[in-house]
Amino acid sequence: MSCCATAVGTTVIADAAGQGLPSSEELWLASRALGNGLRQTDLSAPGVHCGACITTLETALRARPEVERARVNLSSRRVSIVWKEEVAGKRSDPAELVRAISERGYETHLFTPRGEEGDAVLKQLIRAVAVSGFAAANIMLLSVSVWSGADAATRDLFHWVSAMMAGPALIYAGRFFYQSAWNALRHGRTNMDVPIAIAVTLSYGMSLLETISHGTHAWFDATVTLLFFLLIGRTLDHMMRDRARSAISGLARLSPRGATVLHADGSREYRAIDEIKPGERLMIAAGERIPVDGRVVLGSSDLDRAVVSGESAPMPVTAGNIVEAGTLNLTGSLVLEATASARESFLAEIMGLMEAAEGGRARYRRIADRAAQYYSPVVHLLALLTFVGWMIIEGDARHAMLVAVAVLIITCPCALGLAVPVVQVVAAGRLFRGGVMVKDGSAMERLAEIDTVLFDKTGTLTVGRPWLVNAAEIAPDALAMAAALAVHSKHPIATAFQDAAPRVSPLEAEIREIPGAGIEVETPGGVYRLGSRNFATGGPGSGSGQSEAVLSVDRRELACFRFEDRLRPATASAIDQIGEMGLTVAILSGDRKPVVQALAEQLEIKDWKAELSPRDKLQVCADVSDSGRRALMVGDGINDAPALRAAHVSMAPATAADVGRQAADFVFMHQPLIAVPFAIATSRRAGRLIRQNFALAIGYNLIAVPIAILGYATPLVAAVAMSTSSLIVVANALRLNGLASSSADEGRWSAAATQPSGSGR
Amino acid sequence: MNTLVYLIPIALVLGGLGLAAFLWALKSGQYEDLDGASWRVLDDGDGRPQD
Repeated sequence: MSCCATAVGTTVIADAAGQGLPSSEELWLASRALGNGLRQTDLSAPGVHCGACITTLETALRARPEVERARVNLSSRRVSIVWKEEVAGKRSDPAELVRAISERGYETHLFTPRGEEGDAVLKQLIRAVAVSGFAAANIMLLSVSVWSGADAATRDLFHWVSAMMAGPALIYAGRFFYQSAWNALRHGRTNMDVPIAIAVTLSYGMSLLETISHGTHAWFDATVTLLFFLLIGRTLDHMMRDRARSAISGLARLSPRGATVLHADGSREYRAIDEIKPGERLMIAAGERIPVDGRVVLGSSDLDRAVVSGESAPMPVTAGNIVEAGTLNLTGSLVLEATASARESFLAEIMGLMEAAEGGRARYRRIADRAAQYYSPVVHLLALLTFVGWMIIEGDARHAMLVAVAVLIITCPCALGLAVPVVQVVAAGRLFRGGVMVKDGSAMERLAEIDTVLFDKTGTLTVGRPWLVNAAEIAPDALAMAAALAVHSKHPIATAFQDAAPRVSPLEAEIREIPGAGIEVETPGGVYRLGSRNFATGGPGSGSGQSEAVLSVDRRELACFRFEDRLRPATASAIDQIGEMGLTVAILSGDRKPVVQALAEQLEIKDWKAELSPRDKLQVCADVSDSGRRALMVGDGINDAPALRAAHVSMAPATAADVGRQAADFVFMHQPLIAVPFAIATSRRAGRLIRQNFALAIGYNLIAVPIAILGYATPLVAAVAMSTSSLIVVANALRLNGLASSSADEGRWSAAATQPSGSGR
Repeated sequence: MNTLVYLIPIALVLGGLGLAAFLWALKSGQYEDLDGASWRVLDDGDGRPQD
């Protein structure tokens, strides 16, 4: 199961890279009490991939005594655990559960229950589909008898039974359309639901009148079938939307809830983050996030500033340095003097930027809504003209009304309502198999329109973490020793050792981490040190301290490990393919100029910008859209999040920070960047199919409408015509899977997607 | 003709039973994890359903 192995590999790293597991207190607060001393915790585990993952996690969790039930949901990538508050008189620690999961190599986050609301609507929609489907099938059964010759009392009986089934079904299943149509009309707009609501109501009313007056034609079947088809479209559409959870809440989780304040008299006090004022002194232990912007007063450490610059290499800080809120303190403890309150700190600024950027995308109107804008006035005008025309010719109001209703039913946007969602769901399924997740159907519409691709550097074009390059030259036991030491550090280079040597036997000894230098341990065989050359051997430190680590025993060098950030596999060919599609490529990076320039030259990208702040990136995206172009932003960091929001459409790797992932429209799971051209190609093809479907629907109307206007559209004709048009549209959408070239394509994409990451391990 | 008096209600009741069964299955969460269900079939654990 190569897909699974890759996913596990990346999640281990993402987790170990210091995303930090939720604390016991946080987990207690987030869990739900079920009574009888049981609590339930929902965790999201984005790395869960296949059957093996389910079994691994569930077995691991059930092995723990406090776990009552554990179930992995593969569709929503969630784990829900029911656990006992006390086992054998001891209070259980929910952090142990999370650790059990992360030990198996899966990244976990506390699940924010906001997603539940979307599920409720989806359930209602599915119920409505079931009810309308039931009614449609049974009414059709009766209608077939009427069409095949039942008359007089039998026909009336059938009509009455139909009416009794259709009525409740329309009220129950049609409420979505009525509500939405009413909303639109109240605000002086029209949408696809207005003609639907009017057609359904009018046709039901007319049919009821016909039934009462013993007429021959009743439209109950058409009315309910119409609703059934439309509800399928609506349900599919809904499944595509609303998958995204609020990015803002994810960001808020990065900022700590509080910090330890040091008073002038030496006393300590833990205070909520909002109550920290500039000028106060704060204690920051290793492994904590910096709560507010500040200046270091005492101590030295390494900071993971990926939040700010996207650059993963840790930055050493000592007294006098300025630090930003949200950055992670990796190795040593620090005393800070706060220079800003939480409300003015760096993280708050990003949150503000993201909220502001939201507006840009909201202006985009979905293709279906744009079509409805022209569609519904035309349809209503046609029906009205038909009514007026027949009144002039015959003067029979009832017959004129019947024909007008026939026009409304025939033209109802059945095929249109199905056309867009079916194509999008099929395309999303294809993307999913290729390792790309889509959050929203309109994202594919937007992706098909882009003309510029903006890449972030670290974490997007490159893997974004140090990688051991000379593993082949190093003795296995030296590597194993280094890895055993490195387990105890959160330093990114230490994490790279764990990548290189997956099997690590723990060391039974006291291990010390010296901030900014390395790790040391005293063993019977001598003092082992792992870190900078200066620290390990006592010799002069080399210039490029970041990219090498030396292992020594009693200051005697055993091995020298060299690290490099490397390109994502297949990056160059992905960039080439994007170029072939006629798109402009540019790099936006928060990293230092020479690094970006070297990468840009290597990839032959002419347009690059370095040393950008999150605000600058946002500005570049805004400038691009102001100049009338449409940009795809590909980025991973929190510093990219505002830009991801502001761009026309955005994409993030699965290894991205939580916020980046939630801000993006697309998330790709595999390592190679080939996912980007793949998503663009699929979206473009989906866009073409949607346009074809629109053309088919219009063509169908061109044939059917004259028939209806002339009064030849009996309920039988309408039923046949409607179903045929819907089937044609769905069949056309399914071509996205069946296109001969596309299956070959997919093979190429997925081969490219799995093979390099497999060899990378 | 007279048979219709029985057949129509029977048809409706049977259809209604199907609908009720579907709604029950939906409510009891059997559609929550369709992806997972397809994998769980292959899991030869101890044979009892995993809750």
